[in-house]
Amino acid sequence: MLAQQKIAVAQMDGVRLDGTKRITTAVFAAALGIFFVYSTAFSHSTTLHNAAHDTRHAIATPCH
Amino acid sequence: MLIRVLLAAILAGVGAGVFATAAQSLRVTPLILEAETYENAGGAGHAHGHDRGAADATQSAAQTAETEEEEWAPADGLERTFFTLMANAVVGAGFALVVTAAILLTGQTVTLTSGLVWGLAGFVVFVLAPGFGLPPELPGTEAADLALRQTWWLATVLATAGGLAILYYRRQPMWIAAALVLIAAPHLYGAPQPAEHEALAPAHLAVEFAIASIATGFVYWLFLGGLLGFVLDRAMRAEAGHTEAVA
Repeated sequence: MLAQQKIAVAQMDGVRLDGTKRITTAVFAAALGIFFVYSTAFSHSTTLHNAAHDTRHAIATPCH
Repeated sequence: MLIRVLLAAILAGVGAGVFATAAQSLRVTPLILEAETYENAGGAGHAHGHDRGAADATQSAAQTAETEEEEWAPADGLERTFFTLMANAVVGAGFALVVTAAILLTGQTVTLTSGLVWGLAGFVVFVLAPGFGLPPELPGTEAADLALRQTWWLATVLATAGGLAILYYRRQPMWIAAALVLIAAPHLYGAPQPAEHEALAPAHLAVEFAIASIATGFVYWLFLGGLLGFVLDRAMRAEAGHTEAVA
């Protein structure tokens, strides 16, 4: 019971989060992050490409 | 869902995007604009034309005018800078979320200092490794098929991240060898190359751009990692406190 309640363990060097919330958040963060990077730096849409043109060149993702 | 953690990641990414826009304005963006003067003078917009004769020039100019009517692009100046800022903010948020996912999946604690280490890893994974095969290129540079280069870029990023993860978690010689093979594999296979290398801008601009882009990428990733570590630490403490209070 105590172990269940102690879901989070505070430490001097940051906090370690435990539980399924951590994993679901990780999966959601990865999906959202990949969507953001894809739509800006990888989309073949001309409009998105032109809007993000300088960013694509600056971060050296393959551009047009 | 740990909302505070997600919001912290997006905040750090947007902050890194603003920082990137300022950092790029020093060397990277001016070089892109300078290269475009060659591209607009000698080529046909983004068509990557080369070896065009005088007869072709009129036709390509007409084509460019036609494409410009069809395809929207931000106007040079403030509008273009604004869209670059927006794009940098979205990409920054994307990278920050991906790194946050890795931090959460590994179950690591994170602070400003360890965030800098994650930033360094991000630089190696997202800039150095893909840049080794596909160096940063100025507009108007001949390159291989876009989809092929994107596939190679993604494969290299995954292989490098996987290799670094193995090196971190496994110390046995067999695992270390496997990790090194994984990291080297995309480079041994080779990045997609164009039939012939040609560029409209002079070579010295290309060299300046590659170095400026990689150096800016290095500072950018350290900034993103450090800021992400700092805000994630706060967010995770808040989540932990909240969870304990609920329990």
